[in-house]
Amino acid sequence: MALESLDVRRRSATETTSPSARSSVEVAKLIDVSRCIGCKACQAACMEWNDLRDRVGETRGTYQNPPDLSDQSWTLMRFREVELPGKGLAWIIVKDGCLHCADPGCLRACPAPGAVVQFSNGVVDFHEENCIGCGYCQAGCPFNIPRFGARDGKAYKCTLCSDRLAVGLEPACIKTCPTQCLSFGAKADMLRLAAGRVRELQGRGFEEARVYDPPGVSGTHVVYVLPHGDPALYGLPREAGISPLVTLWRSTFARGLGVVTMVSVLVAGFFHWMKVGPVDPDRRADRKEE
Amino acid sequence: MTNHWTDIKNADVVMVMGGNPAEAHPCGFKWVTEAKANNHARLIVVDPRFTRTAAVADLFVQIRPGTDIAFLSGVMNYLLSNDHVQREYVAAYTNAPFVVREQYAFDDGLFSGYDEGARSYDKASWAYELGPDGFAQVDPTLRHPRCVYQLLKRHVSRYTPEVVSRITGADPARFRQVCELVASTAAPDRVMTSLYALGWTQHTVGAQNIRAMAMIQLLLGNMGMPGGGVNALRGHSNIQGLTDLGVLSDLLPGYLTVPKETEPDWKRYVEVRALKPLRPGQMSYWQNYGKFFVSLQKAWWGDAATRENGFAYDYLPKLDRLYDILAVFELMHQGRVHGYVCQGFNPLASAPNRAKVTEALSKLEFLVVIDPLRTETSEFWKNAGPSNPVDPSRIRTEVFRLPSTCFAEEDGSLTNSSRWLQWHYKGAEPPGEARGDLGIVAGIFQRVRALYQKEGGKLPDPILKLTWPYLDPASPSPEEVAREYNGRALADLPDKANPGKTLAKRGDQLTTFGLLQDDGSTASGCWIYCGSYTDQNLMARRDPADPSGLGLAPGWAWAWPVNRRILYNVASTDPAGKPWDPRRPLVRWSGEQWVGADVPDYKPDVPPSAGMRPFILNPEGVGRLFGADKLVDGPFPEHYEPFESPLSADPLHRRPAARNNPAARIFPDDRAALGSPDEFPYAATTYRLTEHFHFWTKHARIPAVLQPEQFVEIGEALAREKGIRDGDRVRVRSRRGQLEAKALVTKRIQPLQVAGRVVHTVGVPIHWGFIGLTRPGYLANALTPVVGDANVQTPEFKAFLVNVEKV
Repeated sequence: MALESLDVRRRSATETTSPSARSSVEVAKLIDVSRCIGCKACQAACMEWNDLRDRVGETRGTYQNPPDLSDQSWTLMRFREVELPGKGLAWIIVKDGCLHCADPGCLRACPAPGAVVQFSNGVVDFHEENCIGCGYCQAGCPFNIPRFGARDGKAYKCTLCSDRLAVGLEPACIKTCPTQCLSFGAKADMLRLAAGRVRELQGRGFEEARVYDPPGVSGTHVVYVLPHGDPALYGLPREAGISPLVTLWRSTFARGLGVVTMVSVLVAGFFHWMKVGPVDPDRRADRKEE
Repeated sequence: MTNHWTDIKNADVVMVMGGNPAEAHPCGFKWVTEAKANNHARLIVVDPRFTRTAAVADLFVQIRPGTDIAFLSGVMNYLLSNDHVQREYVAAYTNAPFVVREQYAFDDGLFSGYDEGARSYDKASWAYELGPDGFAQVDPTLRHPRCVYQLLKRHVSRYTPEVVSRITGADPARFRQVCELVASTAAPDRVMTSLYALGWTQHTVGAQNIRAMAMIQLLLGNMGMPGGGVNALRGHSNIQGLTDLGVLSDLLPGYLTVPKETEPDWKRYVEVRALKPLRPGQMSYWQNYGKFFVSLQKAWWGDAATRENGFAYDYLPKLDRLYDILAVFELMHQGRVHGYVCQGFNPLASAPNRAKVTEALSKLEFLVVIDPLRTETSEFWKNAGPSNPVDPSRIRTEVFRLPSTCFAEEDGSLTNSSRWLQWHYKGAEPPGEARGDLGIVAGIFQRVRALYQKEGGKLPDPILKLTWPYLDPASPSPEEVAREYNGRALADLPDKANPGKTLAKRGDQLTTFGLLQDDGSTASGCWIYCGSYTDQNLMARRDPADPSGLGLAPGWAWAWPVNRRILYNVASTDPAGKPWDPRRPLVRWSGEQWVGADVPDYKPDVPPSAGMRPFILNPEGVGRLFGADKLVDGPFPEHYEPFESPLSADPLHRRPAARNNPAARIFPDDRAALGSPDEFPYAATTYRLTEHFHFWTKHARIPAVLQPEQFVEIGEALAREKGIRDGDRVRVRSRRGQLEAKALVTKRIQPLQVAGRVVHTVGVPIHWGFIGLTRPGYLANALTPVVGDANVQTPEFKAFLVNVEKV
């Protein structure tokens, strides 16, 4: 969403220099899964603040509703029942949504100038008015987050309430979370808080507890505390990284290849014209009448 | 709650049983996560299902629905046989040393005095042995064979770990872990809090479920302690206020009781309720009953309530029988009720056996529904396909809908589980023709009174002489009513200690119920709310300051009684008046008076050496392990099977009379509608989900999106047996009705080994109906039986029988 008063650090498909006169603190949302009760208040708050209303769907053998992220659901509690060896049943409930990567695959992949921006506080935002609906951001995302509007074909996802942050408010989900599963602040503070939580959990029998801040995308601005450790249990990639295809597609080599292709087409066209001559529109029309 | 929401953060162990606060009280549950994160607390969850609370628990034990007493008695047996009790506390602050009458007996599930024909007990033998001085006899050594301590030990000795597991299906290793964790709080510096809700109350043994936990907390010395107590999580705003104000058929405001038909004399009515101390030096605070009662009558009838007419005692209706919800619908079903007013109540959805409720409502002449929403009850006559298959042409009931306001459309106070009265302000104007409930009721009253004035009547005085001092008689303001509840002096109240001075001037708002009089010189509409609205509205206070760090925040709103945040808080000190846990000092004896962070629950100037005990409302002065004659179904809790049990044989008793609660009332037609395990083999239980609030939020889009369609929860093993897959449509039937819903197949409900057989549990969430924005569904109470708790008639929604099949 546009119209914030935050400084842009990076902009998709743009070469101009970003403003750098001001500096701002890197922020992060901490999701402490051990304190999450799956109440979906964050989902409700997200819908309320962003004026989103998903459809009234169906129940499909789970408490998870709506069934997936969409242009109307930018955050979603995912419910998973898992038998853990030696520990018994765990009902793992994880808040899914954009992780706001420090090195965002979506921004790298996006060919539309200014459709994806990264603000100086680390928030990655989509500006739908610039979006061409090509779907490359989805291919670029290691976490399968962007979703496309049914009516406008444009990409949507969590903005980390950049409009609220710009006026000094916390994101809507943070404000509403009843159990402090969600915290928000300077990333350094959130990491300190997370480290304390991990220590407490390890003392409670969760020896594998860890912080999820994947280095494959240079860290994220949404950080998890995972009590059972293994990210795969929480539907998160163990090794998060940007697809090599996206890297290739936005590389100098790919651009060079593009220029070479374009020139080749021009050259080939020129010789085709020399040899065959121009297309005669009248002859085409005749054929149609037959 | 004996304690309060914020206080949960002080607990070392949080025991959630008979409730599911993460799901049904997510905002209050924050204090459990606080206790875990910052106080190293351990969370235990005991439930028939692995709930969202269990998802964050340290220890979860699955039990069969309706077997809580067996589990808790097993815990008591563990505590007593391993001596994990707070001995000093038990000896001083409970009735453990009290000697019980020789006639008291318990044999194979029945207590002494049972009359099988009447299905009730003569409770005369459930009493203390009285000495020649009229006081109860005690044995401080706890060795007397008839002292409560020994009787209790004997009573619970049958609940060995094997028996507990046989009845409840609980895993023995996990049961033992629970016992050990609970026992760890017998140390004076460790506390456990108990959080429960309708998972305990909605049983035929509901009151005894809660008593069993209260007894455990007494044995552990956790009553009165910060981080302790027995805490009812009220599930409905403003249900605490409702009970406080006596909006029940047998209660008056402030837990005073409606007189019975057999009590024509007001002096006698007061006398039997103003209990004299049973031990020397005890306060027995209910001795002041007359003051509370007379002040109530003065609030209602003012100058018309005089000493000569027994303070208008004759104006009060007298009960000829119980008029609880089950009884009223039984009478309605018999065609003996002509009109019914539903105010903030949706009985078609909320009362048991939907089919019976539909038939009953169809026999009314008129039905008035006062509600902000279109409720199922108000459209019970309208055919909505299979989920409401009625024939409107056969229903003659005239239905009046009076649209009222939502809480956000009016000023007023809400009383939460913590007993805090919190004032709130109108946030929006009501839509359309909607009016506040005060205005609606006042409007009806004005018209009824005018009719009495014009036409007279058999007994017009209670209506004609009712005080109605409001500025706009057609629409009293919430402030006026709140001030009336608080009460005021009707004459100068002389200060007996300082002659010539007054405690309050005529017309002053009173500051405490300690000032109430039984001579007609004070008025108070609800004695426990006295002090909430003095010369200022204390309910509107919003000072979060918490100097003690214990979460008391005494300047935030106002808690009854007298802004006391933790009840029985003097029990947090030892018999010398020093806090048991010096790290958590709530109150203490300073040498001259009781002081501390909370308002001491005691006479402020009585030294500990005087021997006055901290449970000042009880004539004994101590907490009751032996309930004496207070409950109708026994002085100790006993496990009885639910009225619909999946077991064909009683796993505990030989006597047929002791299979179900012998003192629970059941009407003949409802008994005939009970199912047997041959036809309905699965244990079922109903419950709430976080995404919805009862039958209201299905009218709102966001909650409808978050939980759109009705489902029932079925364990994987049962689903395999029945060939049911996730998302299949299934039919759930009981003897009384059926519903169709999606199946949610889960690992969170396991089959249990009970008394030599496998018991499957089926989970039936409520919330769906035939009106609203969610997908249309069936009312869950199509399935439930009409039988209630023996003491308070709360329906047994949590344990009944069903069968399941794929559609």
